[in-house]
This record gives sequence, structure tokens and C-alpha cells, in this order.
Amino acid sequence: MKRRVFVFIAAFGLIAALAGCSTSDDTGSPASDPADETTEGSDVATTDDDGAAAADDAGSGCTEEIGKLEMWVDDSRLAALAGVVETFKQEQCVTVNLVRKNFDDLRADFGSQVAAGEGPDITIGANDWLGEFKANGVIAPIDISAVASGLAPAAVAAYTSEGQTYGVPYAMENIGLVRNNALLADTKATTFDELIEEAKATGAKYSVLVQVGDKGDAYHMYPIQSSFGAGMFELSPDGDYTSTLAMAGDPGHAFAEYIAKLGADGVLSVDINDSVAKDQFKAGNAPYVITGPWNTSGDDSFAQAGMDISVLPIPPAGSEPATPFLGVQGFYLSAKSENTLLAQMFLVDYLTRSDVQLELFKVGGRTPASLDAQADPVITGDPIAAGFAEAAADAVVQPSIPAMNQVWTPLGQEEADLISGKASDPAGTWDEMITNIESAIAKSAE
Amino acid sequence: MYSPARNWGPGFIAKLIIMALIDAIGVYGIYSAWTVKAMPIVIVMILLVLVANVVYFARRFVPAKYILPGLIFLFIFQIFVMLYTAYVAFTNYGYGHMIDKDRAIAQMQEYNSQLDPNGPSYQLTMLAKGSDIYFGIVDDGVAKVGTDAVALEPLKGAKVADNKITEAPGYTVLGMGDVASRQKEVTSLRVPVSDDPSDGALGTSNATSAEVYRPVLLYDEAADTLTDTESGTVYTDNSRGNFRAADGSKPPNDVGWRTSVGVANFARLFTDASVAKPFAEVLAWTIAFAFLSVATTFLLGLALALVFNSPRLRGQKFYRVLLILPYAFPGFMSALLWRAMLNTQFGVVNQTLLGGADIMWLQDPWLAKLSVLFVNLWLGYPYMFLVCTGALQAIPSDMMESAKVDGASPWRQFRSITLPLLFIAVAPLLISSFAFNFNNFNLIFMLTGGGPTHGTDPTRPGGTDILISMVYRVAGVDDGNPDYGLATALSIIIFILVGAIAAFSFRQTRKLEEMA
Repeated sequence: MKRRVFVFIAAFGLIAALAGCSTSDDTGSPASDPADETTEGSDVATTDDDGAAAADDAGSGCTEEIGKLEMWVDDSRLAALAGVVETFKQEQCVTVNLVRKNFDDLRADFGSQVAAGEGPDITIGANDWLGEFKANGVIAPIDISAVASGLAPAAVAAYTSEGQTYGVPYAMENIGLVRNNALLADTKATTFDELIEEAKATGAKYSVLVQVGDKGDAYHMYPIQSSFGAGMFELSPDGDYTSTLAMAGDPGHAFAEYIAKLGADGVLSVDINDSVAKDQFKAGNAPYVITGPWNTSGDDSFAQAGMDISVLPIPPAGSEPATPFLGVQGFYLSAKSENTLLAQMFLVDYLTRSDVQLELFKVGGRTPASLDAQADPVITGDPIAAGFAEAAADAVVQPSIPAMNQVWTPLGQEEADLISGKASDPAGTWDEMITNIESAIAKSAE
Repeated sequence: MYSPARNWGPGFIAKLIIMALIDAIGVYGIYSAWTVKAMPIVIVMILLVLVANVVYFARRFVPAKYILPGLIFLFIFQIFVMLYTAYVAFTNYGYGHMIDKDRAIAQMQEYNSQLDPNGPSYQLTMLAKGSDIYFGIVDDGVAKVGTDAVALEPLKGAKVADNKITEAPGYTVLGMGDVASRQKEVTSLRVPVSDDPSDGALGTSNATSAEVYRPVLLYDEAADTLTDTESGTVYTDNSRGNFRAADGSKPPNDVGWRTSVGVANFARLFTDASVAKPFAEVLAWTIAFAFLSVATTFLLGLALALVFNSPRLRGQKFYRVLLILPYAFPGFMSALLWRAMLNTQFGVVNQTLLGGADIMWLQDPWLAKLSVLFVNLWLGYPYMFLVCTGALQAIPSDMMESAKVDGASPWRQFRSITLPLLFIAVAPLLISSFAFNFNNFNLIFMLTGGGPTHGTDPTRPGGTDILISMVYRVAGVDDGNPDYGLATALSIIIFILVGAIAAFSFRQTRKLEEMA
């Protein structure tokens, strides 16, 4: 009997210690279920009441926080957000806990964790995740009407679906034609063919590097595709993407034959993937590469390698302008967030500020979504940023509709097969691909 | 009666401390699960803690004292995972069906509740009565109060300053701190403007101003239907995890939910062309791949083991260490390295070893199959070398000597003594190696990704696709629209296949033992 009592006390002591530690963490955070707070409050001196009192006359100095937010962000942008997190804490007494995540894992992890009732309040992300997040019910709409007029309309449109906004855009990115000025100082070409001739005249090993890889790269190939008039999806009258493919028929065939020819000529190759393209351009083996701001500035970039580069619009291969996809980076609000008010405040009133977006510009080189930030000398005086902005003149927002998921893999594969010569009948295999994508879209829409 | 378990010796005190720790962690786990309302976990944890205490403090159950930790881990890491996989196989869990029905309905209503761009905006005061939150606004000088169940109605005696209610009799005015702890409640609250739902409802996104939202979908709990208030269309539960109109059309901003779909996922093995058509072809290659992988690695490993088992060889240990090196690298890294080395234009195999050849190692379906087998040989022979060396050293040397005395040739010695004895030891390992390679997803995914593909036809498998990599592809896991239900159902079928082959092989090895 004695023994049992001892065990019980020992166990209880440990539980109390464990529980005590956790509750003192939890009570400050509105993330914990409000229903629990009464039970938790009895253990530990509650921070809630004090917090509320402090918040009422908050403004300058705040002693107790009124809430906590958790935000997922990738490594490169974590440091750039530290400043605004500190400001938010000073002004609103709310701590934002930045959690470091690998950008490639964000989409899947956010989707599955929020679905399971976990996950952060906010995540950084890209606009083409919107369709999936919405279909899975893991994001909440955000009312950005108060700041929308200060943001680039294309950036807001990228986060708008059927009349509601689902994210706060912070920066736009697109690919452009990057020139190695050491090999070629001036570009006179107005078509892609002329560009190749001009590049070949330099005697460099490669002319225009475009990353393809075994499985193709439909994103980097899209400017060439669109210049033949073969867009991705038809637009509805009010400008939304529909799930009807726009690349069937003659424009698609012309594009297919064109890249098959470039593959046969050795201009494009499936052996040139993202890292090969980057390395060969860095090594000075090509005067041109088609790439985005992630390779021109920041860590391990052309700028860091000390290269003298210019960014230009991509000349069209067909008769229409070459339109790269405009990707918009931004922030999503979790549908399971219990801190919707604080999160909205942080997203709408803080993350859209021009100084915050300029800070983020330094780490990714992406053009800010804030119009004030765009007009800032930091941006207007940066020739690279100006070059990408010019290359984006005809850019179209990258589709975020669920049907897009059915397109990337087959389209990329078809392009790889055309370039490698495996698809010997360009028009025929293109038609086959269209049928396959259409049936996949129909199947997924059931 | 003396019992070490009841004596206050150091052993008993150690037991007490360990059990106290286990109980503390257990109770903390129960408490944590309780706070997030995870009832199944609470129940299982209570049972585990009770069983652990009974087993270790009762004098009976001596064997259980030894096997309980193992049993608990078996339950958590094997049985539970298997049961959960089986459960998912009978659901539609996947793209568009990630959350439960209540959340899906709430989410659809939230997505369709549109802010009226031309509607008025009011200064908002957050009020509370009992446990309910109320909105207080001033409309044309009249203070009005309402909540989700009670439409806005004028309130007498409220104090108003600057078009904002500052005091309301019968209600408590909530400060920012109170609101901060009930944020989700506040932002999801919709207060009907009047008794007519088409007038819209007030909502807020910041707790300081209220705007008019027009709900497009209304959920009728009794009938379990959604009604589009604009078009009047009624959507009913189609029992496959979606609301659908009579003509099959979707509600706007459709969100589905997880639900049971019976054997539909298993049926797709026969009905879905992208699964059914390639299945036989992929199965044949999977078996060939697994069998050839085991055969080649075993033969090379055995040959090397025989050579290095010879006592005449000098520097045995040195060579053995060298041979085991490929085994010491993480397999997926080796696969990625080989992928780069086999690249047609830039790979070291074509560039350096073959003097600038243009061989498409990974793009040609047959060469890709060969490459996969070769890389797997490189990865797998050290393991076979190790087990064969061990087994050879266990063969009694007097047997070999007596065979030699009897005048048996070295080949005869090998065939009649070494090989049968070796097989008894390594046959189970060969079978498990077969099962491992049958599902060797890492190698295929890292080296070829299942490719080379046959164009864009989803019903044609890649040249090196094995069953598990095909499942990964057809279930859409890498395209961002995963169908976990289908993926788990197909992996259960693979499990049954591997299990059957393994069971059959084990029966064969038993014969081997009888022979010896």
C-alpha cells in the first residue's frame, strides 16, 4: 500500500511538472481552445487577464502579449521577415513565431497538416497553390479590400477566385532572357530564330540555354509555346481561367514542330536540366539563358558569381508575343487558424507595407507587389529588376485552377519527347497529349 | 515469501522510478490528447498505462514483463499502421476530400459568403450576453444588436458615441483582449440583417467594422442539403463525399469530405484503364526485377565470398572493407549519383569511360532496365557478400576435409556440401531480399523515376516502373492531387502479392532443410 502511494505521488509530481510547463506556455496563446482556459488557469497564474488589461491600453509599451501567431516561412525569407515581426510585437503585443520550413515541403505539409486540424496560422506560398488549397478546404478567405488599391492589380488577381481573395500577395516573379554581357553586349534579335543565330555567332558552346530535363519543363518553355498562340487555358468572359485547353490544334502543332526542330538542331536538349543550365551559363558557355530572379540574385546566383548580366524580354518564336507566366508569391491564412483577427491584421496591415516588401526583395530579387515599393528607388534603380519587369510586360498570371495539376506532367513529358526526338510525329503526339490531358481533367472533375 | 519485486532494494527503486516516469509520460499524453479532444488516443493511452502498471506490479504475468515493451511497439508501429492503411483504402481520402463533412460545409459556406462591395459598413462593437457573442452597430442613429440566431433588432437605452455603441444594457462590451481569445468565433459570426436571408448578414474581419455579406449557400441541417440562395438550386449529399445537384452539377467553390466508399478503390484495379491496363505488364517486370536483382547480387556476392574465404589470400580484411563500401553509402544517394553518371551528354560513364559515346542509358526502355539492374547489383552485392562470408565460415571444416579424403573434386565439394549448407542459412535472407526489391521504390524513383515513359498516355507504364512506383504515379502523389485511398488499396494488393510469394518460397526452403 505504502509503495502504491509513493508511485502515485511520484507520478503526480512529474505530471504536475509536465503539465505546468505546458500550460504556462499555452495560456498566453489564444491558439489553445478557449474552453480549456478555465481549467488551465487554475494551475498557473493566468496570463490571460493581465494580457487583456495590458492590451486595452496598449499602444506604445506592452508588457503582456495578447496573442501568438505561427507562421511558416522558408529559410531565405525568414531573416527578411524578422523586422516586421518585431514591429508587430512592439505595436500590437502579438508574437509571431516564424517556423523554418523547406519551400518545397510547404505546399504538401500545409495541405495535410491543416486538413488534420494542425499546422500554422499563416504560411508563405505561391499563387498556383490556391486551387488545390481551396478544393481541400484548408485556407480561409482574407478581406484585403482596405489595401488592395496599393497592390499591383495582377498580384491581387492571382489570389482572387470567384470574387474572393485568398491570400496576400507580396512579390511577383517571372522568367526572362538573361544575357552574359561579357559574351554579347547587344541584342538586336526580334525573333527567337534570330536570337539563336546571334548567339551562335559568338562561338560559345551553347546558344540559348533553356532547362528541359528528362521530364521536360513546361514552365520554362511556356514563353515559346505562347508565342505560337497556344495558351494554356481558355479565359472566361470575366477573365478567369476555365478548364478548357487553349493549346489544341494548329498553334500547338506549330509549337511542337518548332521545339522538335530545335531539339534536332541541338539548341534544346533533355540533358540540360536546371542545374546544368545554371552551371553552363555561369561558366560562360552560353550568351543567353532563360531563367528567373532566383538565379540572378541572392545566394549562389549569377550576381554573386560576379557576372555582368542584363535581363531582356524573350523574343517570340511565333507570330505572337512570348508571354512568360507571372507567379505571385504571397501569404495564406489557414482555415483552422483560431487567431483569424490577429492574423488578418498582420497579413493586411503589416505584410503589405512597402518597407517589408523591399526587405523581402533583397532576398529573392522578386518585384514587390506593393505599388509604393515598386516606385521606390531601390526597385526603379535596379536594372535587373527593371529587366524582369519589362520581360513581364505581356506576362499572364500562372493558372491556379485544379486542372493545371493535370497539365504540367504530360505537357512537360511531351516537350521532352519532342526535343529528344522520341516523339517522331510532333502533331500526332501533341494531339494524343491533348486527349490525355482532357480525359485526366474530366476524370479529376468528377 | 521473498520476492525481489517487493523488496526495497536498488532494483525495486529503479523499477519505481522508471514506472513513475512511464506513468507520468502516459498521463501527460492522456491529458494532452484530452485537451485536443482526441478520444481514441485517450482510450488507447489509458489502456496502455493500465496494462503496463498491472503487468509490472502484479506478481503474476512474469513472461509479459519481458515482452510487453515489444508488444506495445509492435502495436503502435506495425499493427496500427496496417489497420490505418486498410481503413484509408476504403475511403476517398485524397485531393478534394481531405477534411470531414462539418468542416467541408463550413468551408463552402465561408468561401461563398461574399462581401457585398456596394453594401454599407458599420462601426462595430463586440458585445457578449452569457456565452454568446453579439454584434452592436448604429444604423441611421439607431443602435442595433444581433447574433447568428437573432437578426439585428433595435436596442433601447444603448449609449452611442461617434456612431459606435459604447454601452449596451444587458450586454457586456468586449475589449480587444476578450476578442483575442475568441477570434475564430468572431470572424465566422454572421448576423442576419433581417429575418429575410436574402438581405444578407453582417460579418467582420477585424472586429472594428462590420460589412454586409451575402451568403450564397445555406445549409439545411434537417434535410442535409445545401441551397444556392441566388439560383435556388438544391445540392444533396451524393454519399461519395460531395454535394451535387440533381443534374450532377457542383456547388460553387466545391469542397468534398472524407468518407467511406466501400470497395470502390479496389474495383478500380479492374475498371480504371490507367491502373488495369499496365498492371500485368508492370507486375511481370516487377517480378523479373526482384528476381534478377536477388540472383545477380547473390551470385556476385557468393563468388566474391568464396574467393575471399580462401585462407591463401593475403590482405583479406582490407579487401573485405573495400567491398562493403557501397553498402555503407545511403542507397538513395548512390542512386542519384548513378543517375548523374549515366546522363547521356554529361555523365561520366559516356564521357570518360566510353570516350564520348552517345548511349542513352536511362532513355531507352531496355537499357534503362539494364541500368537499374546494374545499379542494384552495385548496391546489393556487399550485403550478399557479407551473409555468404558468414555462412561459409560457419560450415564445419572437418566436413570439407572428410570430403577431400573421400576424393571429392572441388566442384563436387561445392555442389554437395557448401551450397546446400549455405542455402539453409541464406534462403530466408534471399526471400526477404526478394520482398525488399519487389517494393524497392527508392532505387526506381531516384534513378529513373519509373521512366523512360511512353509518351503522355497515362495507361502506358514507364520502362522501369515497378508496381509501387506505378501506384505512386497513378495515385497522383507527385502531381499534387493525391488519391491516398487508391494508393493504399493498391499497396494492400501488392502486400498480398509479396506475402503470397514469400509464403510459397518459405515452404520451398523447408524442403531444403529436410533434404539436408
